[in-house]
Amino acid sequence: MSSADLTRAGSGIDGTKNRLIRYVFFACAAVTVLTTAGIIIVLVEGAVAFFREVSIVEFFTTADWSPIIRPRSYGVLPLIWGTMLIVVGSAIVAIPVGTATAVYLAEYADRRVRKIVKPTLEVLAGIPTIVYGFFALSFITPLLQQFFPETGTFNAAAGAIVVGVMVIPMVSSLSEDAMSAVPDELRQAAYGLGATKYEVSTDVVIPASVSGITAAYILAISRAIGETMAVTLAAGMHPNVTFNPLEPIQTMTAYMVQVGISDVSVGSIGYQSLFAVGITLFAMTLSMNLLSLWVKSRFREEYQ
Amino acid sequence: MSEEPSTEPADPFAGIADDVHRKRLIGQAFVAVCLASTLVGIVALVALVADVLYESWGWVTWEFLTYPPSRFVENYLPGGRGAGIYPALVGSILLIVLTAVFTLFLGVGAAIYLEEYAPDSRLTSFIEANIANLAGVPSIVYGLLGLALFVRAAGLGSSLLAGALTLTLLILPIVIVSAQEAIRAVPDSQRRAAYGVGATDWEVIRDIVLPASLPGIMTGTILALSRAIGETAPILMVGAATSMFVAPVRDGPFGLPVPDFLGPFAAMPMQIFDWARLPQAEFQHVAAAGIVVLLAVLLGMNATAIYIRNRYERQ
Repeated sequence: MSSADLTRAGSGIDGTKNRLIRYVFFACAAVTVLTTAGIIIVLVEGAVAFFREVSIVEFFTTADWSPIIRPRSYGVLPLIWGTMLIVVGSAIVAIPVGTATAVYLAEYADRRVRKIVKPTLEVLAGIPTIVYGFFALSFITPLLQQFFPETGTFNAAAGAIVVGVMVIPMVSSLSEDAMSAVPDELRQAAYGLGATKYEVSTDVVIPASVSGITAAYILAISRAIGETMAVTLAAGMHPNVTFNPLEPIQTMTAYMVQVGISDVSVGSIGYQSLFAVGITLFAMTLSMNLLSLWVKSRFREEYQ
Repeated sequence: MSEEPSTEPADPFAGIADDVHRKRLIGQAFVAVCLASTLVGIVALVALVADVLYESWGWVTWEFLTYPPSRFVENYLPGGRGAGIYPALVGSILLIVLTAVFTLFLGVGAAIYLEEYAPDSRLTSFIEANIANLAGVPSIVYGLLGLALFVRAAGLGSSLLAGALTLTLLILPIVIVSAQEAIRAVPDSQRRAAYGVGATDWEVIRDIVLPASLPGIMTGTILALSRAIGETAPILMVGAATSMFVAPVRDGPFGLPVPDFLGPFAAMPMQIFDWARLPQAEFQHVAAAGIVVLLAVLLGMNATAIYIRNRYERQ
């Protein structure tokens, strides 16, 4: 501190105290960085222990998954397949519905309607995922069984539908933000050329906000990959490579739940498989999140 | 916008009238589709709430709130020996109180650092980017972190404390971001006035910034905690009991009950999960009753947050 510093912050007891307080606050912020480091260290350490026993090639190329029940086998593909079924199914539900909702809220709804509908949809995002799991079991699956009697108690379709409903607010809310950010001049110019409201929405607003909309889709997919309780309850715990959405499957997260509730001893291959699956899941969601950020910044439309 | 050349030269405006008519139809169909999509979300929400209420009708009794769970479904019925969600309800409340203490300290501290102290450096933007990234990590991965770090490495076991620490790390990014917004909303003129009369950084934060931003911080924290109370996956990985028959409370000095932060615990979402996957169909009703209690607690927390926001928003 220079001698010209006339504040009380620089010198004596007060100066030391202030520096100390600053360090305490910095330590709080540092916890977030340590959390990331902790996640990576824990996952890598557990996964390394697993891959010492199991070949990484077998893990990623064979399609038979049974690390905790004999005869043991370690091909993770059925879990990835199950996760993908949920992702594709939920995207089929959430992307069209969420996008059309966003168009309605951004372009058509008047302010009063938007003020009611937007928070109502966001309630969907605040409901615990275990409740969605229950809803799938007690409502959606029985409904599916009305139309397709061969539907199992646990089935991929119910899981996909319920995850789709869960991520609708994510798609609609983020897409609506992107659409509302499109400057009104663009709309006025299009109207001036004689465009209809439909044409303005589909030919001006959506193309102008496509980066924000795409980023929203990718985030929703990332959420669907990491979703746990709803898919565990609804889709079941059967590692299964199938095209039939009415059959039970198992996602990566559902497998982790299965190990979590069974008594697998620490250090066993079953315990270690938790971290191998965990790091695969983490890598997939992380790359999706980074991709979403990149899309948003790379293709951002700049308006003055 | 496909333009079809008019095929009737006799009336040059007939084609345009057709075109306008067609465009109007397309426009109306498009609005109808968009409106219908908006209704999908709302209908799903209504169906979900109606389904839970219908399944739980008659099962949420006083006994349900005050008795431990049972393997026999008839005990849950009025006139049975009494069975319910009590240990998990107490477990969830203690879990949230503990999580609130940790998150308030860490979240507000980190937000103060980022808003009031942090230099405009690479490290700061790295911390900010890292917080944004953490918000997208699946909650079950936080469960793995808690299992390896708190349950195993720190030797806390499957305790309330380990569960609360795991949930703290999970909601920390949300709390930090909302606290940052609240702190940013404090007008700079107030800080300058305080510095002008010779206050130190800490005095400005303690006497000006924190009091002014507290309602915003509380609102954000309560909303984050109401998310934490519904989280199942992380506490499941940490080892929350599927069913506990006593609340995580022990006798303290003078025979007063004190929370047992180092003992095993059950929490409502985990208990609901356990009921929902039992094969007997009647347990669907018990699970629904548990969901009603969980949603009631959640609703109470959200209502508190909204109340605080409305009360202090305009000053």
